Amino acid sequence: MICLDDVSLNAGAFRLKGIHLLIPTGDYGVLMGKTGAGKTSILEAIIGFTSLTAGSITLSGRDVTRENPALRGIGYLPQDGALFSTMTVEENLAFALRVRKVEKKRIVARVKDLAELMGIGHLLSRRTHGLSGGERQRVALGRALAFEPSILCLDEPLSALDSETREQILQLLVTIHKMKGVTTLHVTHDLGEAATLADRLFRLVDGKVEMLNTA
Amino acid sequence: MSEWSGSKRGIEGYETRASRITLANRVFIASFMMIGSTYLLLIFGMLLADVLYVFEQSLGKARNSSHFWASLISDNPIAVSLRDPKIQYSIWLSMISCTLSAIGSVAFAVPLGYVLSRIPFRGRNLVDAFLDIPIVLPPLIVGLSLLILFQFAPFKWAARSIVYQVPGVILAQWAVSCAYAVRTMKMTFDQINPRCEQVAISLGCTRFQAFAWVTFPEAKLGLLTAFTLAWARSLGEFGPLLIFAGATRMKTEVLSTSVFLEMNVGNIEGAVAVSLLMIFTSIVVLMITRWASNQSAEEKASVKL
Repeated sequence: MICLDDVSLNAGAFRLKGIHLLIPTGDYGVLMGKTGAGKTSILEAIIGFTSLTAGSITLSGRDVTRENPALRGIGYLPQDGALFSTMTVEENLAFALRVRKVEKKRIVARVKDLAELMGIGHLLSRRTHGLSGGERQRVALGRALAFEPSILCLDEPLSALDSETREQILQLLVTIHKMKGVTTLHVTHDLGEAATLADRLFRLVDGKVEMLNTA
Repeated sequence: MSEWSGSKRGIEGYETRASRITLANRVFIASFMMIGSTYLLLIFGMLLADVLYVFEQSLGKARNSSHFWASLISDNPIAVSLRDPKIQYSIWLSMISCTLSAIGSVAFAVPLGYVLSRIPFRGRNLVDAFLDIPIVLPPLIVGLSLLILFQFAPFKWAARSIVYQVPGVILAQWAVSCAYAVRTMKMTFDQINPRCEQVAISLGCTRFQAFAWVTFPEAKLGLLTAFTLAWARSLGEFGPLLIFAGATRMKTEVLSTSVFLEMNVGNIEGAVAVSLLMIFTSIVVLMITRWASNQSAEEKASVKL
């Protein structure tokens, strides 16, 4: 569950006030809004990079308003993928597990499963330089899912892709959500994307979040 | 079509206008290139003059000697300087002090550059500007200010083993070269995507782990650039050294001091010979820095979306 209760925040030019947003456990929420409306600021507040001026954030029944981002257990996929360029694809996928000091054998097995799921098994030993846009997003998504987070936050994961790749990654997102049922918040400005994915659709207009539908 | 547009064929004077534009463009580029090449020629001329001077001197000596080739090799000003124990000492001290000062520079530049690049705090711009002071301050003033600083406690207590001593050489070099290293490191961290660090934190890292595992490895070419720049800066340091560490032969004499001391005793050949050694070293350093920045530019360019 992702729950924002009466959240206000200042992030640079944005002043958002009285934001309410609820995505029940296992649902796929999509937050729409124009470029520059402050969608990313809301996402960053949930992940913990932007602190709130008022209100509270509850994730899976736990109040995380003042919790360190490292403890929130959110899988985060930024728009540009932000892959670790000094590491191989395999090391990118294994990162969260290495941080958690998981046993080496279990990491190897988990990375193999993930790579298969993301369709990047053949890329494991590659450096991230020279990967295509679609491949980069697959790696970034795999990296975010590696530690089996209960929450997934996606910041315009498809907007930098060409239309064919976009369709492929869109299908991947649908498949993975069906398989894993991770509670997801996906930020986008694209209505088509939202229509395909959303269980719950929200729109950010003039600093307010409106709910548009309920599945 | 308006009579003013002039872009349509058939309008009177079109051809003339086209050729006039072509000519004007050529003149513009040619004149800018000529102005630029004048400066290039000056740099090239200075370096060439040093080489020619040493060559001329060597040739003159060799002609007067009975063994032309042997004399050309062993009596040329560079060989003579390299045999001189004073110059040998100054070369060694230069290598050691520049390396220590460069290590010290990056050791401070990494945290400082990182803080300035990543951590927002009140007065950050002011601190940033403040760090330019060693770069813009006249070198002699840096030396004098260091000297004055060591009149006061707690520095005063260490003055005996630093001022006019070898550690003073390193400190004076470091005081200036560190500012260059900080600039380079800040620029390096600015160019590294901060999102990567945020992702690492969201995956469970502490800020230090995110820095050490994600950001720092990406900064390694910038680190090499900062190190070589600081090293080269230290090698060229003279003003602060002269005042703060003195120019005592076989004690606080580094290469730039050697040039000055050789000039003072009228040994222009020796001064030019030492200069050539320094020019050669600087060119090597320049090549390393260029290579490093090209590498990092290539790496950035290969990231496609």
